[in-house]
This record gives sequence, structure tokens and C-alpha cells, in this order.
Amino acid sequence: MVEKIQIAHIPDDLPIYVACYKDVQNASFLKQQLLAGNQVYNYAFVDATTILSRQHLLAAAFRALNDHIHDRLKSNNVHSEIVVCLSSNNNIGDAFRRFGIQDSTKDLVIVKVGLSPEFASESVEGHLKDAIEGTPVPFDDAFLRQTCDLDKLRKTYKLGKPQQGKTVMNGNGGHATDERSDIEVQVLGLMALRGAT
Amino acid sequence: MSTTELQVQATDAQELIHLLPSPFTNTQPAPELLTQGAEALVYKTHFLTPAQPAILKFRPSKAYRHPTLDARLTKQRVLAEARVLVKLSAPDVRDAGVHVPGVLALEWDVARKVKNTGAEVERYRKEAQGAVSGAWILMEFVEGSSVKDLLRGVDGYVKGRAGSGNAVNAEEMVVIEQEVKGLLRRIGRAVGALHSKGGVVHGDLTSSNVMVRPYRKDHGLVNGDGDAHGEAEEDRCPNLSGDVVLIDFGLATQSTQDEDRAVDLYVLERAFGSTHPKQEGWFDAEVLKHQDGYKGSFKGSNVVVKRLEEVRMRGRKRSMIG
Repeated sequence: MVEKIQIAHIPDDLPIYVACYKDVQNASFLKQQLLAGNQVYNYAFVDATTILSRQHLLAAAFRALNDHIHDRLKSNNVHSEIVVCLSSNNNIGDAFRRFGIQDSTKDLVIVKVGLSPEFASESVEGHLKDAIEGTPVPFDDAFLRQTCDLDKLRKTYKLGKPQQGKTVMNGNGGHATDERSDIEVQVLGLMALRGAT
Repeated sequence: MSTTELQVQATDAQELIHLLPSPFTNTQPAPELLTQGAEALVYKTHFLTPAQPAILKFRPSKAYRHPTLDARLTKQRVLAEARVLVKLSAPDVRDAGVHVPGVLALEWDVARKVKNTGAEVERYRKEAQGAVSGAWILMEFVEGSSVKDLLRGVDGYVKGRAGSGNAVNAEEMVVIEQEVKGLLRRIGRAVGALHSKGGVVHGDLTSSNVMVRPYRKDHGLVNGDGDAHGEAEEDRCPNLSGDVVLIDFGLATQSTQDEDRAVDLYVLERAFGSTHPKQEGWFDAEVLKHQDGYKGSFKGSNVVVKRLEEVRMRGRKRSMIG
């Protein structure tokens, strides 16, 4: 279930591999490996409850890869940078607490950047199969729609409360829009503005 | 198309690639230049996949300025624009009637601090050398066409019908006029919401910076087929329905002062008058004074419209210095 994704504008030799798992049992072990700096576990482990959509995660990956290409990562490596790029502020620890894997994490999105050509979907898949105790699921909006915690997301990005049950029809037939796409456009903007002074 | 034309296009395309910032030098297919202003180049490209259209607004660094000053100015401008767009993309502002393209990605510093270069990164660095430095914003692509093109399309349609001996009769003319007036009111309302709910003055309101985006088909609100929209086809009148979307916030400032708001309206009035002489006479009544236009859009609008009269007398600049 590992999907190879080539993000537009990024050179062809930097593909990313994304996998999703649900009902993960060994989240605390995975977190330990990250904290210990175990190179074998050099992945971006993202808590799926904080991811709104494919676009949300891939936009963060785009910024991380772009910053990698231009050699201006804020954090240790390009994998941790993906987690940092999900955040709207510059605090790295804060980003990991909010978006990274926690002991209680059940749903997980995993990203691996193909830094060297020997990576392939199969090798990533092989390793993850052994390392993750959980059920692999496809990386799609349907899965993220189930897992994403909109209230938490709104709090994380300091977005206002939604207007309950008030669909505003302005004048000439303005149409009701999806709450998620409303949040998404703001979240992408806030992610892009991170670090600006 | 003749071969010479093709050759010209090919060399143009090659030159344009040199005016792209990294990482867009990698982009396949290459971004397509739409317009060029004094400060920025505007390309049509895509975001994460080629299926998702996006606008790249690139401010190249200017060689005649001192590099430090240049970096600072470019950064300030690109960030001001991005902040305004993000602020205006909040749902409560949108529900008040302000539609703007959302920000997808951003680069603000020409010479952002770079760590010591590793060999691995050096490889990409070399590839990026063809790129021009500067700041850029990647934003959502807005479907539809500008009010300028739409109104020109309407004029062209009326003229074309007259020329072909099948002139628009009085009844049809009334319908067309109502459509145009309706659009003008919607513009007034959108600007009013921008000023009040958004707390932003646009700074460069013209009919080409106001777009009309056809309602999406899945909402069943498109009357007729959308492809007639905005095309200056003379055998069909452009469809003016859709959301009014404001673009190009490069000169926008966050302000709630009546003076700034009045100047914003004044700029629009002047630009509109010179671009659309036929509809100029409707501007005051429809865009400004109509209850469905600017006037009815927020509480303090009367004061702003009153202030506009003062601005008209003296021009855009308040002080005579500078």
C-alpha cells in the first residue's frame, strides 16, 4: 500500500513514498526510535488525526522538499521537516507534539523521501511491514476524512469557530461550500506563511 | 500557423524559462506567461499535480537596486500580499461576499540563510542556476474572465449584432442592461465587504483585477453552458453570472480609514470610466449608490461615499508633497 508520489516542480529524483496505517499498536515504540535517532526509522511519522486531506500533507512535503533542495532546513533532516512544515509556527518541538506520532496514535501517515535511487516502493513497503503493527490502508481522502479531527485542527491552526447551521446565501445565489475546503485553503496559507517576519 | 511564427514562439518560450525562480525551472509542462507588470511576472502553472491549475506570481529581484535593499523590499511586498490573501480567505469574510484566490505556497527571501552546502545539495544547486532569484507566490487559479473582458464582450456582441443587420431590439437591450447593472452592483458589494469585513483596501481596483468565476456546475447554478463565459464571441452575449473574485493584492494595505476606502473607490471609478466609457454613466448609481451595491454593503458606507466626493475634487493624493 505504499504509494510513490512525484510532486510537481520537484526534481524527478526526489520522489516521496507515502503509506497509511490504521489501528497501529506500537506507536510508542516508533516514537522511541525517532527520539533515539535510529536511522533505520528515518521517516516522517504523522498523526493522521491532524491531516485534513492529501493536499494538506503533500503541500507540507512540497515545502519541505523545496527547502531541502535549497539547503535551508529548520530541523534535522527532510523527514522531520515535513512534520515542521505542517505547523503554522516556527517551534519545532511544538510541531512534533501537534502533528508527530504520539504514544496514543492509532492512525498513522508515513512519508519517506527517496533521497537515494535504491529506494523503491517495495523496499519501503518491506521495511514498514516489519516495523509497523497495524493495518495498511490507501493514502486517500476517504481515509483522512474518517480520521481527521476537525475541531483539533481548528484549534491547532487557531481558526475561528464554524458558523453552525448558517449557510449564507449572498445576493446572487452564492453557494454553500464544504467546511473542509474552507479549512484547507486557510491551512495551506498559514503553512506557507510560517517563518515569515 | 506559419513556421516563422512557430520559431518566434519557441525562442520566446526559451527566454521565458530563464525568468523562472527555482524550483519552477524543473516544472513540466513549463509555466506559461500570462501577463507582466512593472514588478511581477504572472504565470499559469499547477500546484502538486499538473491537474491542479495555479497562478505563479513572481517578483524577480532587480539588478539596479542594492541587493540588501532589494531583498527587503521584495520580501515586504510579497509577504504583504500573502498576508492579505490569507486573511481574506477566512470563511466569514468569504460569506460576506469577498472571494479571493487562496495562497498555496510562498517564497519570500531571495537570499534566505543557507546552511553550509553539502555535496548532495550542490547537485540541485547547479541545476537551479538557470533560475532567477526573487520572491514568488503560488495561488489558486481563478476560472472565468475579468470584468474588463466581459464588458468588452457585451459591447462587441451588441455591435456585432448591429453590424450583421440583426440589431438588438429594445427589449433585449433592457435585459442586457439589467445583467450589466446587476454585475456592477455585485462588484460594489464585493468591494464593500472587502473594506468592512476584510479590513483591507485593494489599492489597484480596475476592471481587469475583478474576475467573474462561473458558479460550479455541480451546484446546478450555471445557466446554459459555461463555455460561453467571457469569450468575446460576437454571436453570443457573455454570461455575467458567477462569483465576483478580486485578484492582484500587490498594492493592498490593511486599513479601515474612510480616506483609504474612498481613494480605493476613486481609483476604481477612474479606471472604470476610461476602460468602459459606455458603462461609465452607470458607475455612480449602480456600483456606489445602489442598495445592492457598495452603499448597502456595510454601515459606514455612506461616510465613505461622501468622502469620495472630496477625493474627486482634489485627486488621489491628499497632500501635495511627494
